[in-house]
Amino acid sequence: MSTSSSSVETIKQNSQRLRGSLLDSLSDAHTGAIRADDTVLIKFHGSYQQDDRDLRDERRQQKLEPAWSFMIRTRTPGGVVTPQQWLALDAIATRYANASLRVTTRQAFQFHGVIKRELKATMQAINASLIDTVAACGDVNRNVLVSANPVESRSHALVYDWAARLSEHLKPKSRAYYEIWLDEQRIAGGETESEPMYGETYLPRKFKIAFAVPPHNDVDVFAHDLGCIAVLEDGQLAGFNISLGGGMGATHNDAETYPLLGQVIGFVRPDQLFAVAESILTTQRDFGNRDVRKRARLKYTIEDRGIDWFKSEVEQRAGFALGPARAFAFEHNGDRFGWIEGHEGRWHLTLRIEAGRVADRGKATHLTGLREIARIHRGDFRLTANQNLIIANVQAAERAAIDALVTTHQLDLYRNASPLRLNALACVALPTCGLAMAEAERYLPDLIGKVETLLAKHTLEDTPIHLRISGCPNGCSRPYLGEIALVGKAPGRYNLMLGADRRGQRLNTLHRENIDEATILGELDRLFARYAAERNTEEGFGDFLVRAKVIRPPAGIPVQVIA
Amino acid sequence: MSAQFITPPLTPLTDDKGILLARLIDGLDTQALWWLSGYSAGLAGNQTGIAPSVGAPAVPAATPITVVYGSQTGNAKRIAERLVADLESGGAPVRLVRADALALRELKSERLLYVVISTQGDGDPPDDARGLIAHLSGKRAPQLPDLRYAVLGLGDSSYPQFNAIGRKLDSRLAELGAQRLFDLGEADLDIETIADPWRKQALDRAIELTPAATSRSSVVPLRAVASKAKHDRDAPYLAELLANQRITARGSEKDVRHIELSLAGSGLSYTPGDALGVCPQNSTELVRNVLDLLQLDGDASITQGSETHSLRHWLQVRRELTRIGRPFVAHHAAAAAHAGLNRLLAPEQSATLIKLLGSHQLIDLLRTYPARWNADELIGALRPLTPRLYSIASSQTLVGEEVHLTVAHVDYEAFGHRHQGVASNFLARSDDDARIPVFIEHNERFRLPSDGSRDIIMIGPGTGIAPFRAFVQERAATGSSGRNWLLFGNPHFQCDFLYQVEWQEALRDGRLDRLDLAFSRDQANKVYVQHRLRENGRELHDRLRNGAHLYVCGDATRMACDVEDALLDIFGEHGNGDREQAAEQLAALREEGRYARDVY
Ligand code: SRM
Ligand SMILES: Cc1cc2nc3c(=O)[nH]c(=O)nc-3n(C[C@H](O)[C@H](O)[C@H](O)COP(=O)(O)OP(=O)(O)OC[C@H]3O[C@@H](n4cnc5c(N)ncnc54)[C@H](O)[C@@H]3O)c2cc1C
Ligand SMILES: Cc1cc2nc3c(=O)[nH]c(=O)nc-3n(C[C@H](O)[C@H](O)[C@H](O)COP(=O)(O)O)c2cc1C
Ligand code: SF4
Repeated sequence: MSTSSSSVETIKQNSQRLRGSLLDSLSDAHTGAIRADDTVLIKFHGSYQQDDRDLRDERRQQKLEPAWSFMIRTRTPGGVVTPQQWLALDAIATRYANASLRVTTRQAFQFHGVIKRELKATMQAINASLIDTVAACGDVNRNVLVSANPVESRSHALVYDWAARLSEHLKPKSRAYYEIWLDEQRIAGGETESEPMYGETYLPRKFKIAFAVPPHNDVDVFAHDLGCIAVLEDGQLAGFNISLGGGMGATHNDAETYPLLGQVIGFVRPDQLFAVAESILTTQRDFGNRDVRKRARLKYTIEDRGIDWFKSEVEQRAGFALGPARAFAFEHNGDRFGWIEGHEGRWHLTLRIEAGRVADRGKATHLTGLREIARIHRGDFRLTANQNLIIANVQAAERAAIDALVTTHQLDLYRNASPLRLNALACVALPTCGLAMAEAERYLPDLIGKVETLLAKHTLEDTPIHLRISGCPNGCSRPYLGEIALVGKAPGRYNLMLGADRRGQRLNTLHRENIDEATILGELDRLFARYAAERNTEEGFGDFLVRAKVIRPPAGIPVQVIA
Repeated sequence: MSAQFITPPLTPLTDDKGILLARLIDGLDTQALWWLSGYSAGLAGNQTGIAPSVGAPAVPAATPITVVYGSQTGNAKRIAERLVADLESGGAPVRLVRADALALRELKSERLLYVVISTQGDGDPPDDARGLIAHLSGKRAPQLPDLRYAVLGLGDSSYPQFNAIGRKLDSRLAELGAQRLFDLGEADLDIETIADPWRKQALDRAIELTPAATSRSSVVPLRAVASKAKHDRDAPYLAELLANQRITARGSEKDVRHIELSLAGSGLSYTPGDALGVCPQNSTELVRNVLDLLQLDGDASITQGSETHSLRHWLQVRRELTRIGRPFVAHHAAAAAHAGLNRLLAPEQSATLIKLLGSHQLIDLLRTYPARWNADELIGALRPLTPRLYSIASSQTLVGEEVHLTVAHVDYEAFGHRHQGVASNFLARSDDDARIPVFIEHNERFRLPSDGSRDIIMIGPGTGIAPFRAFVQERAATGSSGRNWLLFGNPHFQCDFLYQVEWQEALRDGRLDRLDLAFSRDQANKVYVQHRLRENGRELHDRLRNGAHLYVCGDATRMACDVEDALLDIFGEHGNGDREQAAEQLAALREEGRYARDVY
């Protein structure tokens, strides 16, 4: 839905803190949709109105309204859930949604296809499992990412703890969510309630935070408005390097919009984190562009006013200066699949979930399989920012039982898939995403197959190459950080972007615009041939393309940052 | 356009209005006609301050310039808005319309049309223009001899189908006889480069074409021609099928069709509440099965009374194969010498026999109780194929010489075989250009109140909705002020909400004042229209007390009785009388013609 800024701002302003006319909308039996204004507000409650685009034209001819349904997104910081919660979410997906759980690139779950009549019941069921959906979407701080890396369990635990508390701290204070979905009695007129941090109109745009634990950058820390890079000194958490102004989203043919990587502006001690995060958020709240929604993200505020101005404004609000950034180095931004031993003899199994979609398909009974696993698992589950799933904290003795289930339900893609298939990302796109211009999730397996054939042709099948596909330039699969990326332009047509690194520190560049599959494959075939012939040992495809001057990359983040 | 009347060239009237006017003045004396001319001229004067000159000017001042846009992401809309601003400041009467808000039937009456439209997908129209493009590309597209137009296409030359839609529309309008004022503009991503000069041109031509001077009014009289013999049940009209659209979605157990037929030139006309008679034919497949089963030769020529046809023709066009009656069963029982079947014919067994008649088509009887038949006896014993009636779902005031139906396709499994109903299947299996033999079955007992200020209450679950679509169309077209309350029910909201989009629009712009829904299978406990009636008993009773008219249409076996039951309870409760009095009140309503039923 391309809503102009002014309208969104007015809707927020008049919504009495996100209530709007949602209750009326929900009780209107004539339509499966909610009122236009409420479609903006319901996002703040973690849900989107969508329709099945495969059926749009058919239903128009049948004189029926579009097949309206709702997507619901969870707020699950760091993507950590217990087996009990998994079972609850699985039951909800099966009863109310389209019998699938969608692991997102922000370590959350999405349900698709919930109809209006059952929306409230679904929300209640989710909350009953002690997971909420508050601020999972909307112009607020979104789900907070944390490196899924479970190996350094101790340090990971420390970082996760800060992330979870920060997510809690930055939650809107409005009780609207609890009134509308959980029948909480409204405090007379809601006067006693206020939004100290956000104010009546919340943020100009979404706001995203990620925590990375080097050397792993699986969260693509520089793709977020606020990136926190953990600095660990002999097992202790010294603090965080702060990166500001990252973001992927862009619009075709609009030079005013573009992806950007965050810039490291300094270091904070753990006890300073909340103050700094809050100052960044309120600075963006007060200075972000509320007239032009396409320019409302933090990255543009910094573009417009300069990073130095922004930093000093933040320091002023926080009441102290940031320390100089500490040294850090990232090795890669992928996941490490299979069993890995962590501390205290606990084991972690990272499974490949293609495009994050957990469902039963023929013999590949992934939803059932993970249900079975959840029934016997005594550790926890972790979603990765690469749409994969970790069965974490398994006692050595219990590995066999889990392995058995993994095999029976064909959850063992991680064992036999090519590096290309293991590392690929795809956004949801059609049929649910209202903004999709081309296929992504549904097209990924097929596309990978075709690219694999090309790689084999040049005996590159074992080379890890990061491929990402988005159905539109919004960049939900963080495509601009893929060595190869397809960005949807129209049905069957994509922009081909090339040349990112595998560390999330260099954006790719537009190579060919608006081309179809044949042209894309032709182009890759040509480049793979050169790569196979001219690459240095260990040289990644993206790095090669840059060295070979096939593409001229934008300045990236130095591989080794020494403060 | 009508065969009874010919609207003269160059009247600004649409055909539909032409017909109405023709009806109105039919048989008026000279004096009345002169009065009428003065009256309408007066009206025109009040409207515009200027009266049109004879022979219709380039753009009668009364008809504003229409600027239509089809836009996905707002560019075309933006340009269209600018153009409208230009024209207004240029002093031309102009209206801005989004493509899906343009009344397609009124295209014919447009005089000067500017279109700004983008191309989407892979050469597809923007969503809001799908309907318009489809309509104009289709064979039902009107001829537009009186239309002048120009098109501005918005596109992106990096797409193979650059401006496909702008181009298509521009050439299609020309094909339809409209006159292109100037060349198609093909804007690329740098929209203004092309759009600005295009707008300038549009403004200049518009000013040129809009007549300034006023001139004396004059009336072009309509010449009535002798109306030719009307079609009826015995001489049905072969109506062209215009549309056969399933309107239940995936997952529905029902296959309900929206059928549109053309009455153009038939001289047939109808009033909301009337039904359309359809003279069906059995499917060739069913006929073949019967022939095979009885091992009869389809080509054998059979004479009954004065008529001689092949056996195949008799079975396909002249005889009931899907409904059998007692006489035939008796005949068959004798032939089959089947004890069980004979017993069914005994008087005390009549209930069982009725069940059999309701559940067995001829083919089932032949399969379960095999018997030999010779062709002559068979044709002698079977009933003549009778027409089926369908409530008309359209108002001529709106659709002119078309007639719309809402048909549930009878298509079911029984005795291990697929079965169909003869008429509903005849319609459901027909595709475009098929010719359907039809006639009008007038129904004076199912009429809108002559007083348009009366409220109406319409109870129409399932296909019972059909006549109420006509009612609401008519009441809106004739500007009736009374409130329209509709109660509809069906199994599922998602797939069985017949005409959902039309009702939503009607509610939005007040053509429908209230809509209560009962989707029986969307919750554990079944909910039907009679439950909704009971829930709103007070309101219903009040409206009736204030003179509202009550209508029930649809299933006779269960629904009609349950609804009547609910009505009696409501009368009892709110009219605080006993069941007796309630029944009397209902009877009284029926007498006054305020409680009408069209049930089947
Ligand atoms: C599910 C998910 C993609 C996935 O395959 O995992 C997703 C799906 C959608 N995103 Fe996203 N985004 C998702 C991560 C991202 C990311 C990646 C990230 O955050 O690390 C980005 C790029 C980073 C960024 O924000 O710059 C991203 C940038 C967008 C944008 C562009 C924002 C911008 O600044 O331009 C939109 C469109 C918008 O906000 O107007 C968008 C909008 C959407 C919507 C809600 C479409 C809409 O607005 O109607 C998509 C719902 C599709 C569907 O049917 O489920 N999504 N979206 C991810 C959910 C994350 C979560 O759990 O919260
Ligand atoms: C005034 C009036 C208005 C009407 N308006 C409409 C309307 O608007 N829309 C509409 O759809 N219909 C309407 N009808 C009903 C319509 O006229 C036909 O009766 C209906 O379409 C069935 O006719 P058919 O020829 O398709 O089936 P038929 O060939 O007449 O019947 C098929 C045979 O199969 C039997 N049968 C049907 N279904 C089943 C089943 N599920 N299981 C077992 N046996 C079955 C029947 O009893 C019958 O013996 C109206 C009827 C009247 C009198
Ligand atoms: C998904 C998509 C598909 C498009 N396909 C075409 C195309 O096939 N041909 C073309 O000329 N332009 C195409 N365009 C470009 C649009 O027509 C162009 O952006 C236009 O300015 C949009 O105008 P609007 O905002 O009024 O819809 C496409 C745009 C999008 C977003
Ligand atoms: S990238 Fe575009 S198409 Fe894909 S999910 Fe995000 S908004 Fe939808």
